Amino acid sequence: MADIAARNATAINADRRNSLHKLMQRKSTIAFLMALPLILLIGTLVLYPAGYAIWLAMLNKSMTKFVGLGNFEFLFKRQTFWDVVFQSCLFAITAVIFKAIIGFVVAHFVHNIPTKGQRKWRGMLLVPWVIPPAMSTLAWLWLFDPSYSAFNWIFAHIGLPHIPWTGEAGWARFSVILVNIWAGAPFFMIMYLAALKSVPEQLYEAASIDGATWWQRIWYVTLPMMRNIIAITALFSTIVTFANFDIVRVLTSGGPLTATHLFATWAFKVGIESGDIPLGATVSLFMVPILAVGAAFILRDISKRGSEV
Amino acid sequence: MANASVAAGAPVRKVKYRSMSADRRWAMRWSYFFLVLFAIFFLTPPVYMFITSLKSSGEIGQATNPWWVYHPTLSNYIELLGQNQYLIFFRNSAIVSVCVVAVTMVISVTAAFALARMKFWGSATLATGVFLTYLIPDTLLFIPLFKMFAFVRDTFGIELMNHWWTLIIIYPTLSVPFATWIMIGYFASIPKELDEAALIDGASWLQTLTKIFIPVALPGIIAATIFSFTVSWAQFLYPLAFTTSTDQLVLPVGIVTTLIKGDVFNWGQIMTGALLGAAPPLIIYAFLMDYYIAGLTAGATKG
Amino acid sequence: MAQVTLRKVVKKYDEVTAVRGIDLDITDKEFIVLVGPSGCGKSTTLRMIAGLEEITGGDIAIGGDVVNDVPPKDRDIAMVFQNYALYPHMNVYENMSFGLKLKRTPKDEIDRRVKQAAQILDITELLDRKPKQLSGGQRQRVAMGRAIVRDPKVFLFDEPLSNLDAKLRVQMRTEIKKVHQKVRTTTVYVTHDQVEAMTLADRVVVMNQGLIEQVGSPNDLYHSPATKFVAGFIGSPAMNFIPCQLEQAAGGLRMRVSDKLSFPVPASRSARYASHAGKTSLVLGLRPEHIIETRPHAEPDQHDFEQQIEVVEPMGMETLVYFNIGGAEVCGRVSPNAPSAAGKSMKLRADLSNMHLIDDTTGKVL
Repeated sequence: MADIAARNATAINADRRNSLHKLMQRKSTIAFLMALPLILLIGTLVLYPAGYAIWLAMLNKSMTKFVGLGNFEFLFKRQTFWDVVFQSCLFAITAVIFKAIIGFVVAHFVHNIPTKGQRKWRGMLLVPWVIPPAMSTLAWLWLFDPSYSAFNWIFAHIGLPHIPWTGEAGWARFSVILVNIWAGAPFFMIMYLAALKSVPEQLYEAASIDGATWWQRIWYVTLPMMRNIIAITALFSTIVTFANFDIVRVLTSGGPLTATHLFATWAFKVGIESGDIPLGATVSLFMVPILAVGAAFILRDISKRGSEV
Repeated sequence: MANASVAAGAPVRKVKYRSMSADRRWAMRWSYFFLVLFAIFFLTPPVYMFITSLKSSGEIGQATNPWWVYHPTLSNYIELLGQNQYLIFFRNSAIVSVCVVAVTMVISVTAAFALARMKFWGSATLATGVFLTYLIPDTLLFIPLFKMFAFVRDTFGIELMNHWWTLIIIYPTLSVPFATWIMIGYFASIPKELDEAALIDGASWLQTLTKIFIPVALPGIIAATIFSFTVSWAQFLYPLAFTTSTDQLVLPVGIVTTLIKGDVFNWGQIMTGALLGAAPPLIIYAFLMDYYIAGLTAGATKG
Repeated sequence: MAQVTLRKVVKKYDEVTAVRGIDLDITDKEFIVLVGPSGCGKSTTLRMIAGLEEITGGDIAIGGDVVNDVPPKDRDIAMVFQNYALYPHMNVYENMSFGLKLKRTPKDEIDRRVKQAAQILDITELLDRKPKQLSGGQRQRVAMGRAIVRDPKVFLFDEPLSNLDAKLRVQMRTEIKKVHQKVRTTTVYVTHDQVEAMTLADRVVVMNQGLIEQVGSPNDLYHSPATKFVAGFIGSPAMNFIPCQLEQAAGGLRMRVSDKLSFPVPASRSARYASHAGKTSLVLGLRPEHIIETRPHAEPDQHDFEQQIEVVEPMGMETLVYFNIGGAEVCGRVSPNAPSAAGKSMKLRADLSNMHLIDDTTGKVL
């Protein structure tokens, strides 16, 4: 009698353990399966090509032979390459600085007006960011046209000289940066506006009473409170701006000559238009250091914020 | 002495300070002044696109005031929409974008749910990893992808080059990471008690997802959808690299490459094409502005 | 000299008038408390003194100068907020020295003043901590330190203790009083808690619906309230209000509170009240501590009566008994040894020498 009961008991316990075991397994496996498409997508179409790019960069032009760092050496000797490095850095750094400043200033003004009107203004000011960059750059291309530029038309009427927006190297660089600032500043404005709203009004009141002028309030209260957001958006934007393709391609195609080429556009020219895939891969790989540094900072910031909470 | 001045009730007014309310009014005036200035800066290109689109090439050629339309005409619109070519671009873009949105939402919602709710080994690293891949730009990947397509053609006989539907395969790499990130944020903000209540009520994980989470996280879903659509619609590099025949082009590439024939730029048509091409994102923005912005800010601030 | 004067001060927001005409003279070194229920206008008045709200009408003068158009930073005031408003990215030392730094005070002077204030408030060990590392009470002290360091003409406190738990509140109340005794700066303090008002103030200003009900020392307000509002607001448990009618009887003027019960009016007041005999809106105001248990000896102006007790609340040092007279809830404070039980009848004594007679239509104490 006793051992039958004991056997039944173990059977029941075994069943319970089994179903519990299955349940535990099921949850993790389901979770894993649900994340699988994501993992596959990223693995095959992002991570693998990224690694493949490194391999490609070390092949010769017809991709028959392994040449190690030969492509890199070749690039280092060419002036155009160094021009592209300089232009990409100039582009990214100048554009981000101005986008941040304009974004901050505009956010401040929007924050100052009564709340009812803010939505309307915010809506209008975000438009450049909504329009696909390729289309809006076409508009700028037309505005900068050598013969029909609408800006030059105004300048002619007020006595200013005709400007070769895309014709002369210095102006071409200016124009490309200007278009990027135009398209990107609204993003900064939106981010900063959200951050501005999260600073408690009482801090400003306390600062007023402590004797701060409007400028001192911004310097001692607003900016420190917004330090995180300012850093994150600047970081993001630098990474994205550094890898920009659309604007330069449509506006100047890298010209005049190679004065406005960025890594992305030059890689396209060299890799796809001129047919030297490995060299193109090499060029585009130079964006990686910046991306890596940026990613490192972002990771550090995320983990820091995670531990603060 | 002190009591006298207090009791008299006629204290001295020092004139040193500017009135506070006057200060406030001036601050308002400056704010509006600069806002108008910036609005002009930001809105000039689209407005100019519109103005030019109403001009005939004759009028453009005459180089009269570029900021005013003397003889407005809809001929550009009629010609453009009458041609098959533009409509094909539009169609290709539309199909690609809609399909990509569908693919993106399925992948990211399920993945976000798993990562936000169902902790499994490596889920935290995976979540951060997903975010980091967003930082790998298309400008790095297009060259190896080019080669990979050739490889697929040689090995499997499937021609991926020069087909618009190839874009449906590669666009999700651009939208899924960020969309997943948005959804993780929204899902994580739903209290755990909701899961537990559903479990007690007898729901399976899938039912919890469809009947509880998706309805509650709807704003996030809308935001992610809008984001995926806009990214797909505006993509320029991948289609430029991978599609060449006119009937395979999507809108951004189509406008830029075909309307600029050699040295002759038909600016009226180009601007019309660009404006119509910019219309879908703008219309979505006009009606769903708050979701649009929520999608943007969710990623950066929640992260 | 740091006196604060308010003349006919009015504050309007669109359609709502928060402050409807206030006149107040605050003398130098005085600790004055503005007290009243939510929405009475006390915070708005304080913020107008600070310059954080614009004055719609009237004048405010600090130290003899009208400051209506003067921005807060030029008024030489310091404020302690309900939520402390400490700068989260600065440590305690920097928080306290911020105002002085803006005025470009020399560093050693700043250091001296900060250390001195820190000593008064007992926060010297906290000087290099950040606000998020401090408890509520510590943060409140830092906020006060920030105010002290500035050595302003006027301190303004906006419900500073509302965010603290009860025990801490009592502690901090004493701290604030000690600080005021040491520093002797004119202080305007806003609270909704009448206990804080009574314990801290040299004078109390009771406000209601944008107007001042009464200004006076705590004792004056307690024993000689001018209006029903003040009478009912000050004191806890609150004063009992029992509707009554004056009637002439054989022994003199009496107040009838119910069919079965009437109280005699003390002789000293008969003349004063006699003219109001016909009114139907009279209310007898009697504080709970003036309704006690019967004692063996009779005393002048005391009236014994018997009532059915509804609720008994033993408080330890006394017992609160609740009963009903003519429809009005009445509270009495009796000795813990007196025989009181819910549902039973009890013999009570009303001390009418401390009574107040109120005309309900005007709200004034007669």
